[in-house]
Amino acid sequence: MRRQIGNLLSGFYLTACYIYILLPVAVLILFSFQDGRLAVPPFKGPVLDWYVTAFNNPRMMDGLINSLKVGIGSSALSVILGFLAAYGISRYEFPARRLLQGVIILPLAVSYLLVGMGLLVTLSSLGLGPSLWVVVIGHVVINMPLAFAICLTQLGEHQRKIEWAARDLGASTFRVLTQVTMPMIAPAMIAAFCLCFTLSWDEFIIAFLVTRFDVTLPIVIWTMLRGGLNPQTNAVGSFIFLCSILMLIAVELLLFRKRHA
Amino acid sequence: MNPHLEVEAVSKIYNAVTALDQVSLAVEQGGYVVLLGPSGSGKTTLLSVIGGFTVPTSGRVSIAGKDVTELSPAERPTTTLFQDYALFPHMSVAGNVGFGLKVRRVPAVERERRIAAALDLVGLAGYGGRAIHEMSGGQRQRVALARALVVEPEILLLDEPLGALDLNLRRQMQDELLALQRRTGRTFVHVTHDQEEAMALASLVVVMNKGRIEDAGAPKRIYERPATLFTATFMGESTQIRGRVSGTNMVETAIGLLHGAAEQLIGTEVVLIVRPENIRTEPSDIDLGGARIREATFQGAHYRVLAKTERGDQDFVLRLPPNSVVEQGRLLRLSCRAENLVVLAR
Repeated sequence: MRRQIGNLLSGFYLTACYIYILLPVAVLILFSFQDGRLAVPPFKGPVLDWYVTAFNNPRMMDGLINSLKVGIGSSALSVILGFLAAYGISRYEFPARRLLQGVIILPLAVSYLLVGMGLLVTLSSLGLGPSLWVVVIGHVVINMPLAFAICLTQLGEHQRKIEWAARDLGASTFRVLTQVTMPMIAPAMIAAFCLCFTLSWDEFIIAFLVTRFDVTLPIVIWTMLRGGLNPQTNAVGSFIFLCSILMLIAVELLLFRKRHA
Repeated sequence: MNPHLEVEAVSKIYNAVTALDQVSLAVEQGGYVVLLGPSGSGKTTLLSVIGGFTVPTSGRVSIAGKDVTELSPAERPTTTLFQDYALFPHMSVAGNVGFGLKVRRVPAVERERRIAAALDLVGLAGYGGRAIHEMSGGQRQRVALARALVVEPEILLLDEPLGALDLNLRRQMQDELLALQRRTGRTFVHVTHDQEEAMALASLVVVMNKGRIEDAGAPKRIYERPATLFTATFMGESTQIRGRVSGTNMVETAIGLLHGAAEQLIGTEVVLIVRPENIRTEPSDIDLGGARIREATFQGAHYRVLAKTERGDQDFVLRLPPNSVVEQGRLLRLSCRAENLVVLAR
């Protein structure tokens, strides 16, 4: 009896947690199918009109393409740099190795606002204007530590032995990296890429601070929201959410499933 | 003839800890060397120095007359069979075996031929297309062997290769390793802490302790006439009789004055060693006095018997045939042949 009450309470608590987390997203998605100009109750529909409008909106499409460019570019750079850093840290002995590892991880603890402001100040002192390139740099700053940490956990003693075996058979460092280490931890590297992409995909503050004319999707949405609520922004938001979820599922499959196997 | 592998006065010091202390070793071509010792004895470090994975603090390593001390593992004519095999998990069996050939830019046709020959050599003909995770532990070991041998190294290094296998498979792999070594005629250097494995495989056993070579020689000699007390103890059970050299070939002990080929100076503290199978219960060259059976365990081919003198000041371990009477307290008259008594400094 007591246990049943306990289970009931836990179940209730869990449901409350999930509602708290997911209700806003559910509402956002629901009203993206709204038939009417206002994204407020009562719900009428469902219709796909707002998706059609959104995908025919040139500003929205430019933002989408810019976001894809920044996401793919910054994630690829983050993973490559993060992997190389992790390889160096895990495979070579040198003074202040721990310290260097800490410094590489550090940006994870720095707020996006500070990274964005720092970039802005640096840009103006160099006499350069805001652009998508700077967003890429900003996203590499915040995502590289993550890619580094993921790669580092995969480069353990077992992998080191396998690399030794390759060297023992005559392989050069370049061959070991490209034909042994990278293929061996490819699932983790792809997962790191997906995670970086997800974070870059909906990052707002840095992108807002260092762009002016070419902007990413979250900035486009923010601009539109200033004009009032509109089911079109719901549609785009739902689309962004869908992309993020797909990426996270990919990460889950690549990184965590493997451990149970 | 010059030795095939020569290690000269190699030392390795890690942060003030001496892992290898002035180790020297010479191995003839085609020998099966076993580096034997407890963990921390430096045997794995020595293997690692020969393979080029560990740079010695001082000393020289030469292989086939060439100084390789400064060369990386990739540049040395050695390959290693790693303890956990270290196969490439993302490549097929053939991909693993062919890796070293690909690195050496062997043309594809010849590569195929040599991969097939190497797989055939280790009894895995036709397994080339399999993935590594489809292979059992014993099969993985064979893949690792084929991968190491296909590049025709001067020396194959084996790092506790049989540790992960169960007993039956271990025996079988021992026979196969020996057969493989004879067939290929290559020099094998094998690390283990198992003295039975060492005796089964080696043409030269190198017993290591605390970073030094305690003894090196043929297995029979090492077992029967160990050079040091450590070797005697590590190579198997024995009765140890403490004493002091009291005259030419005379040792004074708790069980009386014993005659033994003592080369030590008069007054030296020594230990006399007799292997269990060499203690006799009928009169022989050297009388070891009377002892009563304290414990006997049946081990199939023989009884292992622990006995003690009446005064309780000397223990014996010996073997009795399976048809013996081994009741507790039975008095035995023990003796041994002169050549089976080894006198070692304490």
